[in-house]
Amino acid sequence: MPRLGEWDQGRAREIIAANGTLEGPVLPILHALLNEFGHIPEEAIALVASELNLSRAEIHGTVSFYHDFRRQPAGRHVLKLCRAEACQSMNGPRIARDLLQELGIDWGGTTSDGALTVEGVYCLGLCACAPSALYDGEPMGRVDRERLDTVAREARGP
Amino acid sequence: MIRIFISRDSASVSVGSVRIARLVCEEAAVRGLILETALTGSRGLFWLEPLVEVETPGGRIAYGPISPSDVGSLFDADFLTGAEHPLRLGRLEDQPYLARQQRLTFTRCGIVDPLSVEDYEAHGGYAGLRRALSLEPQAIVNEIKLSGLRGRGGAGFPTGIKWDTVLHAQADRKYIVCNADEGDSGTFGDRMLMEGDPFSLIEGMTIAGLAVGAAKGFIYIRSEYPYAYRTMTDAIALATKAGCLGPSLMGSDQAFTLETRLGAGAYICGEETSLLDSLEGKRGMVRAKPPLPAIAGLFGKPTLINNTLSLATVPWILANGGQVYADFGMGRSRGTLPIQLAGNVTRGGLIELAFGATLREIVEDFGGGTATGRPVKAVQVGGPLGAYFPASMLDLPLDYETLAAEKGLLGHGGIVVFDDSVDLSQQARFAFEFCAAESCGKCTPCRVGAVRGVEVMDRIIAGIEPEKNFEVLEDLCTLMTDASLCAMGGLTPLPVMSALTHFPEDFDKAPQVPAAAE
Repeated sequence: MPRLGEWDQGRAREIIAANGTLEGPVLPILHALLNEFGHIPEEAIALVASELNLSRAEIHGTVSFYHDFRRQPAGRHVLKLCRAEACQSMNGPRIARDLLQELGIDWGGTTSDGALTVEGVYCLGLCACAPSALYDGEPMGRVDRERLDTVAREARGP
Repeated sequence: MIRIFISRDSASVSVGSVRIARLVCEEAAVRGLILETALTGSRGLFWLEPLVEVETPGGRIAYGPISPSDVGSLFDADFLTGAEHPLRLGRLEDQPYLARQQRLTFTRCGIVDPLSVEDYEAHGGYAGLRRALSLEPQAIVNEIKLSGLRGRGGAGFPTGIKWDTVLHAQADRKYIVCNADEGDSGTFGDRMLMEGDPFSLIEGMTIAGLAVGAAKGFIYIRSEYPYAYRTMTDAIALATKAGCLGPSLMGSDQAFTLETRLGAGAYICGEETSLLDSLEGKRGMVRAKPPLPAIAGLFGKPTLINNTLSLATVPWILANGGQVYADFGMGRSRGTLPIQLAGNVTRGGLIELAFGATLREIVEDFGGGTATGRPVKAVQVGGPLGAYFPASMLDLPLDYETLAAEKGLLGHGGIVVFDDSVDLSQQARFAFEFCAAESCGKCTPCRVGAVRGVEVMDRIIAGIEPEKNFEVLEDLCTLMTDASLCAMGGLTPLPVMSALTHFPEDFDKAPQVPAAAE
């Protein structure tokens, strides 16, 4: 995963301008800012609002509605574990609980070394290969305790 | 040169298809063999994946499921000529799982290169659009009406009627929107199609544009599907370059352009009106209807919003005729249904069949029972808002009306299998928990009801005053069903009440014994 940049007002302005002519530009802009900065900082909300001539309340409302638009940076790696029914039927909750316990975090938490964030997600569309996960955007199917341990070890390094 | 085919569908990748491809290429290089690797979507036989198909004079011969340690022995057995090997499956078309299907919507998925317009056309693609370009808009709409196609997103509304409404709405601009926010657990057909045959969706939307008089379309894809988003975005660029999208469709004076849009993690945006609000950049809040999106939709303009699989079926209907499509199916459910079989099942995958197959055929004949080898206890049909049916009801045929009559729904065609270790009271609790997490919050029955539902279920599970709490539960479910603004709150009672109706023993908890004083 690339190192994510610090807040940069100029860069943010460029991103907003590059997407500003789209019909319904708010979500594409927020996604682009998320890609660039790893989260949606408070400064971004004010800037997007003023550049698009919308109120801060409107942008804040949009940002706070969606699970993806995190307000704080995540760990260096992100593991999304599916919590929906197909994965439940294949022992997903047990595997997830064990991993979280091992890492000493809850859903959405980041390990104390800042290496790994574990998030719950409702369905990745890998339901015929349950239980499933997404690790830094790459799909993982037929996940078991061992594979998750390996991922966690790799993420946290030596 | 020898050609091999490997699936880059994200489910295939999730079980190691790309890794196997790399190992095969490395081993070939070591042995001085030159290979051409063609990347395709998946055929949807996921228990056989990762698999490799080899092009031979006798067709594509498949080998799978391959683990990294099998690669050497495949070369030793000369698998590149289609030779015998314990993992040799023969042609996938001859697998009963695939041979028994009627693949119309998924006819090309897993066969073609998803990012080649030429390959798409070589396999029958763009025949529908060519025909549509020669027809009057009303004639295109009539063809869809004749096909009997109903919305594959779950509501099952007749697609042709929706198209007719948008066609006759007067406005300076209209939009086509594809709902690819496939959030139901157990469903993956939209994802497979977008990753394996994206041009069929592009062609379907283009035809829709011609039919209703719209020149602009959006595909709203959930962010949990990064592969589908990339494939669709790339396919749109390729179709534009090939003149199949843009200011002059196939050299005609008709225009149509498409853009992908990424969701941001909100189940509710699969509800069409909240999807439209999300596209506009707002919170994904459900709108009250009327007005229908067909009259006042995206940016207040008449908007045709259809599910991915509805739109991707349109090219087949135009190319082969609405009546041919309508000849499949039963009752008022015409055509084929891409069923997605998932969860605790031996042979999970994509099963496209004419409406009317029974749950038993799907779960037992196709699926081979549970993956754990234990008895099937429940199947949930139609996603998180669908009912749980017991093993004794597996003879139900899959069509919209039959399932509705049994207080269930067909939804987007996902079926999740559970073995006898499942506790249906926990599943009922989860239905409320999910609704509480994903409710848009606009209407009170859903926003508050879901939270109260979790609390009531917790008391029932703990054995606290069960009779009183069952009464509260039923009252709450009635209220949510009758008073919620959309299907999220309105249908959450379906899994809850079906669990209670069909599996009462799971709710019969021992009364809580007060803890002894320390």
